[in-house]
Parts: sequence; structure tokens; C-alpha cells
Amino acid sequence: MLELSHVHKVYRVGAFGGGRLRAVRDVDLTVEPGQVVSLIGESGSGKSTIGKMVLGLTRADEGRILFEGRDVSRIRGFAARKEYYRHVQGVFQDPFSSFNPIFKADRVFEMIRSSYFPKVSDADWRERVLDAVGTVRLDPGNVLDKYPHQLSGGQLQRLLIARALLLDIRLLVADEIISMLDASTRIDVLNLLVDLKERGLGVLFVTHDLSLGNYVSDRTVILRKGAVAEMGPTRRVFENPLHPYSRHLLSCVPRMDRTWAEVDAERAAHPPPEIDLPTVAEGDFSAPLVEVEEGHFVGIDQG
Amino acid sequence: MTLRVNDLKVHYRTLRGDVHALDGVDFELADGEIMGLAGESGCGKTTLGKSLIRLDGRMRHVGGTVELDGEELPIADDRAMVPFRYHRVSLIPQYAMSALNPTRKIGRMIDELLRSRGVRPRKVADELRRRLELVGLEPDVLGRYPIELSGGMKQRVVMVMSTLLDPSLLIADEATSALDVSTQRSVVESLVGFRDRGYVKSMIFVTHDISLVHQMADTVMVMYAGRIAEKASTRTIIEAPRHPYTRMLIGALPEVGTTTSDTRLEGIPGTPPGLLDPPVGCRFRARCPLASEECLRTPPLTEVAPGHRVACWKTGA
Repeated sequence: MLELSHVHKVYRVGAFGGGRLRAVRDVDLTVEPGQVVSLIGESGSGKSTIGKMVLGLTRADEGRILFEGRDVSRIRGFAARKEYYRHVQGVFQDPFSSFNPIFKADRVFEMIRSSYFPKVSDADWRERVLDAVGTVRLDPGNVLDKYPHQLSGGQLQRLLIARALLLDIRLLVADEIISMLDASTRIDVLNLLVDLKERGLGVLFVTHDLSLGNYVSDRTVILRKGAVAEMGPTRRVFENPLHPYSRHLLSCVPRMDRTWAEVDAERAAHPPPEIDLPTVAEGDFSAPLVEVEEGHFVGIDQG
Repeated sequence: MTLRVNDLKVHYRTLRGDVHALDGVDFELADGEIMGLAGESGCGKTTLGKSLIRLDGRMRHVGGTVELDGEELPIADDRAMVPFRYHRVSLIPQYAMSALNPTRKIGRMIDELLRSRGVRPRKVADELRRRLELVGLEPDVLGRYPIELSGGMKQRVVMVMSTLLDPSLLIADEATSALDVSTQRSVVESLVGFRDRGYVKSMIFVTHDISLVHQMADTVMVMYAGRIAEKASTRTIIEAPRHPYTRMLIGALPEVGTTTSDTRLEGIPGTPPGLLDPPVGCRFRARCPLASEECLRTPPLTEVAPGHRVACWKTGA
């Protein structure tokens, strides 16, 4: 459904834009319908830039991003872009800044109606809104006709997902959507993503938190400095990390069942096997992947 | 006993009335103890951290006392607190970025800070270098501007800076929440190292991340709606929590290794009560699956085992 091939993004950096920063380097990935794909990386890994490119908020410098066979960067004109957003929507980190505080929160639904469904009758639209709000497991009486400050972050975030569901959405880009939520409500939003997946939606789940990525996703992509370090079925990546960077990341995640010292001791006692990583020449900005087991790839080592 | 907090009440003044952000908080902190302070946003954990060092303009000390090393802290008197700040009680804020002056080199800023607190920089210069080295920083960071350092380096500079005078109590408010996982680990390990070397006597580590607390803290205190729900050793909190809130909070935590295909975790339904007009009785009552009539009365914080205190009527069940 979504297919990125050899995508690069270079930003100009520095006081006069003289420097170059390759934020995304030769990324290949796919999202299928009914699949949650996690993009995991630390700050500066290019994970959000990939999300932005898929949403058409910034353009890829090289490579192609195909959504259902069409090149996203070739979409020209207002009508075509609007049509694209009928199927692809994003939800972002801070729910409070996604709403205009001087209007009631359900205005976001009204705006969808005026731009996409002007001919739908009031009663019919009301029905659809209630249905979408129910799908995200909110009680309409608690959330409709309220101002953003009267609602919690988790409720607002779910309203934004409900807004996306009013459209004929096929792909959802969820960029750090639960980082600002409390532990008690986080899990409800995560479970909602799983519900959506079961309805056949594709979800690109961008996160820095490995345990969250592990919980929801079918496939995991670990990014480092813009390039893919490791990619594969989530279970394989977490049970058998192959890239030294993924191993290092996993050893730093705070866990409830064992301490860091125990994790280190275990690694020292049973050192994981060395894997031959692909290499590239100096000045070559490609990032080849090697398939180690079925569907499980490792990328270059960037030190 | 480093710190003893008795029935501390701090309210926020707002136009609509007083917000009871801390409503009778009672705990002790032993020498060398690192206490993790956990809870949802709005439970009062940051207010508690702030109350121990500086009440801001909207905060009002309503009742209760705080004792540090047997001496009472005049927390309501902003001026009388000055000699305690930095020397005896110190703070690491969440965003190191906003704690460093962008127009000063690190070294000069530390000198200015020390002078303003009546300490001759020369006296601690060697110690400063030694500690920078200990957290893995070259002494030449002192000649650099904050903008030249990465987030993790800045956080380490702030850490060294705030503990330079060996305070009795260090309050770390979400000190690692803005860092990447691998930096987070090294900063947390350095903090524990500072305690082991006696640079800080005891520490309150405010966080929303219980799995991080498990890695570093000796005890955990869980707060809910301005009150203490449970305090016990870390192992007890993780393995045998007694308060239903603690249990549900830990149950809602996805871990490396749990996936939706195995088990589906559940969140805690509802939201914490507003503290403008807090409900009577147990404050978790509305969200608690075990709630019954007796929860209409406020449960006392009782010791159910040595060092394990819980505020719940249902702990016997």
C-alpha cells in the first residue's frame, strides 16, 4: 500500500544554510493494509522526517514514495492533494496544539464535513460522528460540545483519530502520538491502533520508545542517523536483534523484570554472534540492507 | 533520617479558589535513599519537589513541616530558604537547556553561581574537574557555550553543577525524560554513582516512568490526587503492590517482550479528580474496581509491613 524506495532527504543547516545534513538516507520500507509498522529511532534518526514526507508536508530529495501505486511527490494541485488526504491522515505528538483553544473541540469534525462532505444531511452526519467517536471508545456525552482544555490529552488524541476515521482513511501516520500521555491512558490509545489495524488500516507508528513499538507493531524498523539499521518482523527484531546498534538500544531500555546490570551480565555470559554487516565506500550515500533470515534485514554500521 | 515531611499541605491560589495540590503528605527519606516519586500528571509530584526547594508565587504553604537533617526548613519563607538552597537542597530540572545561560561559557556560569552562593570558585575547581571526568566529560567543556553541547552532555553538566556542594537532598524532576534511551541510561547510572560516592546524601527522583524507577531507586512513592497512595521498597512496589492504583498503573505498562498477540493490557478508566474541590473519602474511589461504602471515609496511610505504607481500606483483602 505504502512503499518507500531509496528515499533521501537532505536539509541545509548552519547559519547561512551552507552545511548539509542527510536526515534520511536511502530508506526502503513498505506498509501493507492491516499492518502496524513502527519506525523506532533516537532524536535525529530521521523518523519524523519520514512521516512528514509520507504526509506530503516535505518533499523527498531522491527516491520515490508510492501510495497505492501513485507517486506522492507528483501529486499536484489542490483537488488532487485533497483527494490524497481523504485516504492518508496524520496524528501528532501534542494534542493540545492540534486544537484551536478558542473553539470547541468537535469543530474538527465540522471542518471535515465542510471540506469533504458538504452534501451530507445533519442527521446523517451526526450519526457518522457518533459512530467514529464510539470506535475510538469515547463516550460522546463526555467529549462532544466541550472546549479542548476541558478534555484530557488522551481524549483529545482519540478525537483526532476519530476525525481521521470520518474520512475514507487507509493509512494513518501516528507520530509520537502517546509520548505526552499518562501511563494510565497510553495503553487505551495503543489498543485503539490495534483495533484500527484489525479493520484493515495501515499504520505507520513513529516512536522513540522501544517497548511501545514492540507492543503494537507487526514490523519494526530501527533507524540510525537517517538509515535503516535493522528491519523485520517485530518479534524477530526484539528476540534476536542482529545489528550492534539495536542490541545496544535494547540493553538500555529500562525493564521491570531485570536490572541493567543483569542485562549486561547476561550479554557478557552469552555474547551474541557477530553478523557481517553491509559496508559502503566513503562518499557513497546508499545504505544497502542484507537479509539475514526471512524478512529480517540488517543495515550498515555507522559507528 | 535526612528528610522528614509531616502532613505537608500546599495549595495553588487561583481565581476560582484553592487547588489542593498537596493535601497532607507524610513521609521520611533515609540517609542514602533514592526515592522514586511516581504518578500521573496532576497528582502533585512536581508540586512536592518544588515545595522542598522553592514555592513559586501562586503556591501557598497551608500546613505541615519539613525537616532536613533534624533542622526545620522554613519553606514558606522565601528569604529564609536562601541559605539552604544549593548548599543543602538542590535541584536538577527537566530541561537542562533552560537551566543553562546561553550567553555564558559553562565555566564562567558555574563560577558566577558559586560566587552568588558565597563560595570561592577556586576552592572547588579541582573537585569540579574530577566530577566532570567522572560523568565522562572533558574539562574543556568549561570553555564552551551550552549550544555546543548535546542534550545528554548538558544534562550531565547540570548534574555536576547542582551537586557540587554535596547537598543533603537532591530533587531530580523528570531529569532524564527528555533524553534518548541510551543517554538516559548513562545519566541515571551517574546519578546513582553520585549517591554511592556520597556527593548527595539522598535523592527524590520524580518521574512518570516506573520501569526507570525500578532500575535506580531504593524506594518508590506513588502519589494520587495530592495524597500518597503507597510507599515501599522498589521490589515490593513492583512485585507485590497493595494499592489498587499502583497495581493498575503497573498493569498498564507495556514492556519489551509484551505484544498485543499475547495479552492485551488495559488502562485505568476515567481521569483523576479535580483538586479545586477534591472528593470526600478515598480519592481513587471513582476509578477503583474494589470501591465500596467504606471508601467514603478517607483511608489512613497505614504500615502494612515494615517500610510498606498504603492508604487503602482494601489492603487486607
